[in-house]
Amino acid sequence: MSKRIEVRDLNVYYGKFLAVEGVNMEIEPRSVTAFIGPSGCGKTTFLRTLNRMHEVVPGARVEGEVLIDGNNLYDPDVDPVLVRRQVGMVFQRPNPFPTMSVKDNVLAGVKLNNRRISKSDADELMERSLRSANLWNEVKDRLDRPGSGLSGGQQQRLCIARAIAVSPEVILMDEPCSALDPISTLAIEDLIEELKQDYTIVIVTHNMQQASRVSDRTAFFNIAGTGKPGKLIEYDDTTTIFSNPSVKATEDYVSGRFG
Amino acid sequence: MSTASTVIKAKQRPGDRVFSGSAVFAGSMILVTLAAVAIFLIVQSLPALFATSEDASILPTNFWAYVGPLIFGTVWASALALLMALPVSIGIALFISHYAPRRLASVLGYIVDLLAAVPSVVFGLWGIGVLAPAVQPLYSWLVDNLGWFPLFAGPVSGTGRTILTAAIVLAVMVLPIMTAINREVFLQTPVLHEEAALALGATRWEMIRTAVLPFGRSGIISASVLGLGRALGETMAVAMVLSASGALTFELLTSVNPSTIAANIALSFPEAYGPNVNVLIATGLILFIVTFAVNAFARWIVSRRKEFSGAN
Amino acid sequence: MTMTTKPDTPAAVTTPIQNSLTAGRLPTPAPWIILGAAIAVSAAIFGVMAVAGGSGYNWGGALLVGALLYIPSVWLFSVLVEGRRRAMDRLVTALVTGAFVLAMIPLVSLTITVVTFGLARFDAEFFTNSMRNVTGEGGGIVHAIVGTLLMTGTAALISIPIGLMTSVYLVEYGHGRLARGITFLVDVMTGIPSIVAGLFAYAVFSIFLGPGTRTGIAGAVSLAVLMIPVVVRSSEEMLRLVPNELREAAYALGVPKWLTIVKVVLPTSMAGITTGIMLSIARVIGETAPLLIAAGFTASVNYNMFDGRMQSLPVFVYTQYANQGNPPQAYLDRAWAAALTLILIVMALNLIARLVARFFAPKFGR
Repeated sequence: MSKRIEVRDLNVYYGKFLAVEGVNMEIEPRSVTAFIGPSGCGKTTFLRTLNRMHEVVPGARVEGEVLIDGNNLYDPDVDPVLVRRQVGMVFQRPNPFPTMSVKDNVLAGVKLNNRRISKSDADELMERSLRSANLWNEVKDRLDRPGSGLSGGQQQRLCIARAIAVSPEVILMDEPCSALDPISTLAIEDLIEELKQDYTIVIVTHNMQQASRVSDRTAFFNIAGTGKPGKLIEYDDTTTIFSNPSVKATEDYVSGRFG
Repeated sequence: MSTASTVIKAKQRPGDRVFSGSAVFAGSMILVTLAAVAIFLIVQSLPALFATSEDASILPTNFWAYVGPLIFGTVWASALALLMALPVSIGIALFISHYAPRRLASVLGYIVDLLAAVPSVVFGLWGIGVLAPAVQPLYSWLVDNLGWFPLFAGPVSGTGRTILTAAIVLAVMVLPIMTAINREVFLQTPVLHEEAALALGATRWEMIRTAVLPFGRSGIISASVLGLGRALGETMAVAMVLSASGALTFELLTSVNPSTIAANIALSFPEAYGPNVNVLIATGLILFIVTFAVNAFARWIVSRRKEFSGAN
Repeated sequence: MTMTTKPDTPAAVTTPIQNSLTAGRLPTPAPWIILGAAIAVSAAIFGVMAVAGGSGYNWGGALLVGALLYIPSVWLFSVLVEGRRRAMDRLVTALVTGAFVLAMIPLVSLTITVVTFGLARFDAEFFTNSMRNVTGEGGGIVHAIVGTLLMTGTAALISIPIGLMTSVYLVEYGHGRLARGITFLVDVMTGIPSIVAGLFAYAVFSIFLGPGTRTGIAGAVSLAVLMIPVVVRSSEEMLRLVPNELREAAYALGVPKWLTIVKVVLPTSMAGITTGIMLSIARVIGETAPLLIAAGFTASVNYNMFDGRMQSLPVFVYTQYANQGNPPQAYLDRAWAAALTLILIVMALNLIARLVARFFAPKFGR
């Protein structure tokens, strides 16, 4: 259930503006990869190119290749909708559908696509997804209540359960804990540790401690200045990045000298 | 799972195409409708523009002599209405936004909005039945005591159904929309500006004068212009309240009053036939052009404000 | 703020000073006392006038003059006690409050009049009969209600899909020139005077069905022209309120764009859209002028949208007033009763619309 991602010479544009330049990267299956870097360095933008969410923004486009198990996502006849079913995403702020119950939120990927599913299958899928998101015990008594009634941390785990329910190969997380309190953050980090058994996980984070706690590999992005494109500066094992980086800028950043 | 590596292939999505297609279609229907309105009105108006009293019995001499007093009446009545509604609407908007208790503000807003919900025909009925008799004594008093002032020259109308009464009804009818816009703009005043003024020891009025009104100026202007647009096109209330004779006069209180384009159409159309219909449609076209210009002016002010204010 | 008042204001001497911050201010109940005094003075003047002129006592005039008298008096007292700046503030407060009260006068007067005059014929016969073969007393508004429902309903059937889909286009698909053009034209359409919409519908149908044709469908088209821009505007506003995060959440689950719109965006904004549509119906249901032009008026029930004239409630009010027969009071009573019915319908629509907005709007959880 997990796949290898290869990125080759990727340039990301918003209209004429080059936001991220020349990224080459390989992400191993069943691992957690963290993207770190100062604000505006393009890590979120780059993350969104991995499931073609980038092009939802009008005028946004991409040059280069992103291969998932050898298949180029940006091949002309690839359907972005099918890409997104294989590469799930969790957003910065929890965004459960306000019109749906907890249960319907988990099954949203199935129901919104008009796919037929028997009730027993649906219940089984929902329970499995909620259990893998470590949420089942907290919400099993209020599955029919609105999803927006949960706490922030629960909502975020609900969103993870929703992403898992469509059985993706890869899960992208865009600063999933930045809107949460420390306890909920810990719960999500534990969950990431468990999910990595089955999924390839890529996580953007502002929090370097978080990156060092949860990730196997870390990529450091930086920009030369405002208006310049973001670049991948260094990509290595997390321990190397934090203890013995090979680039000066990385060392400055992880030691808190800027950013 | 990884062995059965799925090749991601494009799939046609008829749903997407049908849906976006129908959205574009609906949008284009608006284009078509407006074009149709313009074309049909122009086609039906053309015969009337150069008609004389020989072609259409409704015309005194030619079309322009007929429509001239109507345009005057329309603009005059609307201008009077605006003159009355503007200060009141600013007052109400300030009352709701800066004077009334916060909890009451939205309720008071609803109450003013209720005025907008009253159909114009009911305003007409009220104008004749209640307002005109109520203001008639005031009119007599004005003519008796201030008759030297040209606008108040006599003889006074016995029914009170003068252009001033019509303008009062129009003012009441445009109040809600003007108040709503003014209120919105006043509420958008940056709190920092207001607090800065208060912290300097300003009274509430000085705070409003120095912070709220300058910020809301272009909003007030566009509210006035939109209100003017409404007043220009308002039909039934004027048609019922005003006892018009088609004269060209500024006098407010006599029984000799100019009519307005819209009211004239409503009153003459049910009995019109042949070329007279074209004449009336042509006056409608002129009304359309005038209101279009007025509204376009209002939008232009609004868009300019958006560009220049940092608050949006 | 009171510290800005000069300490040597004459009145400051007469006020016993307990708290230096309250010095030089009118006591809290003072404005009310001044208001009461102003009204009392005005009432006395009107009393003298009533005795001298021998006419009835004019309560409305007394209150109005009293209120007018209050504005300069509160200013005068405030100047004497509090100084020029606070006096100006009090003056503006009085004027602003006065503006609100002034606007309430027509609303209250109109409500009272419509209810009192309207109740005279607000009876069972009124709602079970048409005006067919009725001259003089009796008769009812069945034909007008039928016409209003048919024409407004048809107008809604035309406007809701077009208006809703246009707003979907503007919010979800539209970029560039076409979207800007449509936005502009919707603005233009909002400003079309209602009578011009009536002329348009009349002109269209007289070209296809012969001059002088007045039908229910022409009335419905004219109402639709007025209704579409309102629906577009309000739906557009509601769709824009849907957070982009919800759209992205659906896209990230591999949901195509159209299903995202149909199943996430529209349900989320449904309460607001419903409110907007109901308010737009409330707006056009009271339109008189376009129906007078395009659908005409009649005394009989007509269920056929495509053949024959069709009566409607607002036009009924107008024609009863404009074409009074004998006895005229019967016609006026019917006009007021129909006006009351119309206002009740409009108010009910407004009320339900607000309730829908309040109770069915989804919470976005933040």
